[in-house]
Amino acid sequence: MTAAVADAPVAGAVPSFQVTLRLRRFNPENDTEPRWEEHTVTMHGTDRVLDALHKIKWEIDGSLTFRRSCAHGICGSDAMRINGRNRLACKTLLKDLPLDKPVTVEPIKGLAVLKDLVVDMDPFFEAYKSIMPFLITSGNEPSRERRQSPEDRARYDDTTKCIMCAACTSSCPVYWSDGQYFGPQAIVGAHRFIFDSRDEGAEQRLEILNDRDGVWRCRTTFNCTDACPRGIEVTKAIQEVKRALLFRRV
Amino acid sequence: MQTHQYDVVIVGAGGAGMRAALESGQRVRTAVLTKLYPTRSHTGAAQGGMCAALANVEEDNWEWHTFDTVKGGDFLVDQDAAEVMAKEAIDAVLDLEKMGLPFNRTPDGLIDQRRFGGHTRKHGEAAVRRSCYAADRTGHMILQTLYQQCLKRDVEFFNEFYVLDLLFTEVEGVRRTAGVVAYELATGEIHVFRAKAVVFATGGAGKVYKTTSNAHTLTGDGMAIAFRRGLPLEDMEFFQFHPTGLAGLGILLSEAARGEGAILRNSEGERFMERYAPTLKDLAPRDVVARAMANEVREGRGSGPDKDYVLLDLTHLEPAHIDAKLPDITEFARTYLGVEPYTEPVPVFPTAHYAMGGMPTTVDAEVLADNTHVVPGLYAAGEVACVSVHGANRLGTNSLLDINVFGRRAGLAAAEFASRAPLVELPPSPEAATVALLEEMRDRADGERVAVLRRELQETMDANAQVFRSEATLKQALSDIHGLKARYATVSVQDKGRRFNTDLLEAVELGFLLDLAEVIVVGALERKESRGGHFREDYQNRDDVNYMRHTMAYRSSSEEDGDGVRLDFKPVVVTRYQPMERKF
Repeated sequence: MTAAVADAPVAGAVPSFQVTLRLRRFNPENDTEPRWEEHTVTMHGTDRVLDALHKIKWEIDGSLTFRRSCAHGICGSDAMRINGRNRLACKTLLKDLPLDKPVTVEPIKGLAVLKDLVVDMDPFFEAYKSIMPFLITSGNEPSRERRQSPEDRARYDDTTKCIMCAACTSSCPVYWSDGQYFGPQAIVGAHRFIFDSRDEGAEQRLEILNDRDGVWRCRTTFNCTDACPRGIEVTKAIQEVKRALLFRRV
Repeated sequence: MQTHQYDVVIVGAGGAGMRAALESGQRVRTAVLTKLYPTRSHTGAAQGGMCAALANVEEDNWEWHTFDTVKGGDFLVDQDAAEVMAKEAIDAVLDLEKMGLPFNRTPDGLIDQRRFGGHTRKHGEAAVRRSCYAADRTGHMILQTLYQQCLKRDVEFFNEFYVLDLLFTEVEGVRRTAGVVAYELATGEIHVFRAKAVVFATGGAGKVYKTTSNAHTLTGDGMAIAFRRGLPLEDMEFFQFHPTGLAGLGILLSEAARGEGAILRNSEGERFMERYAPTLKDLAPRDVVARAMANEVREGRGSGPDKDYVLLDLTHLEPAHIDAKLPDITEFARTYLGVEPYTEPVPVFPTAHYAMGGMPTTVDAEVLADNTHVVPGLYAAGEVACVSVHGANRLGTNSLLDINVFGRRAGLAAAEFASRAPLVELPPSPEAATVALLEEMRDRADGERVAVLRRELQETMDANAQVFRSEATLKQALSDIHGLKARYATVSVQDKGRRFNTDLLEAVELGFLLDLAEVIVVGALERKESRGGHFREDYQNRDDVNYMRHTMAYRSSSEEDGDGVRLDFKPVVVTRYQPMERKF
């Protein structure tokens, strides 16, 4: 242990560096169409893309608009397209990006842009609501807790991690091209209950997802799995739902 | 301007707000206003668990939980309220399980429980397994589960609506709640919500500090609005500094790490908590551990190039155990500091975490206008409120418990009130004050930047009103805050538009932070003793003769002195437990 202490890593050991952000800007109050804008700022070791956005907003242009809250990857507010890939701005360290060229930051795709990096999240939350994302049970409530074995609890653990940031749904080519598809997040939300041993609503949810705009639209491109900042195996979850539909057994 | 009418308006959609909405929404017409989306609320960042004496894994009872809460709070806890919370904790956990919350399980399929700081059996004999948990994502699961239940019951949400004012109308000499004024972020439009009852569940104010585990959006809006409208704030000088924030960043690493066996070490590799708390060691209450850590650094035993942090050592734990019980916090260490907790100790230092104080309430979440009278129709629950169940120092997990127990009580009480009370008239021009505040700030041509003032505020609070305080440091902080308030009067924003003007809202939020920082510092100056999270270097002992009392801070305003803070005091409710020396 003592050796490990002596070799303890040093917070903030990475020196300062310059980074250029290439931002997709759009304010319908002033702009007829989106435009690109570049800013170069000095950042430090553990800074994230969110820190650079804040630096620009707070020191250069207060009108730059984006959503954020917790700033450590838990609230799901700041999903953006960073260098062409969906990520959380608060979880993407600048030092992990190639800084010899500008870092591009755009709004996530498939949802209407309202201003700069802010998109309309309502269709996304509506899709989630449509899969009945709540425990469905029948009969009398037990006086104590419902029992669930650790093995049964593990079965749906992965999909309980979802923070509803929309990184998966807005990375899906099917979602981009078709406004009707539920999108990966809603299927993840359904999976979390379909495979919960306490739940009795699997049939209803599977019927909803068997719809023309349901799971069968998924073409298994794995974009969603790559995009998930929580490391959820989204594509696998969708496949499990498809299998449950085929065999009518969870 | 739009006007809406509801029986109950709930402000805030974190744990307390949504728990209240589940009760109120099925009884009377209810709206929930949130400045975020519900699932973005900071309840989701809570990690370690929610304590309840279920006794699923070892002997336990709610009376021990009450005692721990009172002693952990350094005897500033109102003991009747702590008893309510500890008793109702059991049903609160079981209710969440029935709603679908995916708790970790024992081999028999019961809700699993683990150790947590300050929670003991037999009045301090040893740590007890009381925290019900879902890995290190308990808050996330609570937020998700409550949101899911709200969807099931069609709770009506107004997302990205910033509540900026609270409306009262005097009826027969009594000031009654009439509604709230909100700003719609998407359009810049003002909305007046007329309501029979209003529940404030707006959360904390961690952004008064620079190093904090709190979200950017935790700017104490509800507390500041109430204060500006002449209502008192209770015990605001008590702010909790969580021991294990990621060094330099403040991101929270749950106490559950120590609950699962992690150890704090100084630069010499010493398990220093053995010196400060021989029985509970690393699982002593947070104020004790945070002070010990700061003291190790101060005495030169800090780690790193600047010797300014200590180390959280998990290297003796099995990686599989870490993955099962602490997956998120170990990922934070990897992502943000590039540290592998399997093999390397994690740099940590105290981070501003939780406001023990807030809007004073009864155990039914009714907001107090003074020491004895409630404001008819106004309720508060969660971190914005001060029941007071946390006293001078909150025990870990008791916040998730607080939001569930008192969120539920607030929803029930507000709905019950609304079902028998008439709607009161709105005051004349209810939106005028809010419009004036916004327009003045938006239209001001040049002035100082919000971010500059905010940074200066946060830096002086970190330097002068943190773990260690003294008359000199607090006077410095107060003088800085007065200077910043003067400069705030000329602050300007660059974004002059209507749509999603977060620039403007950040300016409004800074005003809230400045007011609250002043209340914190004035209360801390007056409290010439050390108790719980409030430690005075110049008065290092607890003084029960003079200071076993709650602070009640009111806004004062005079022509000569301008705005300020007036202090009054309220007795602590003592039922079973007389103050004793606090050893762990």
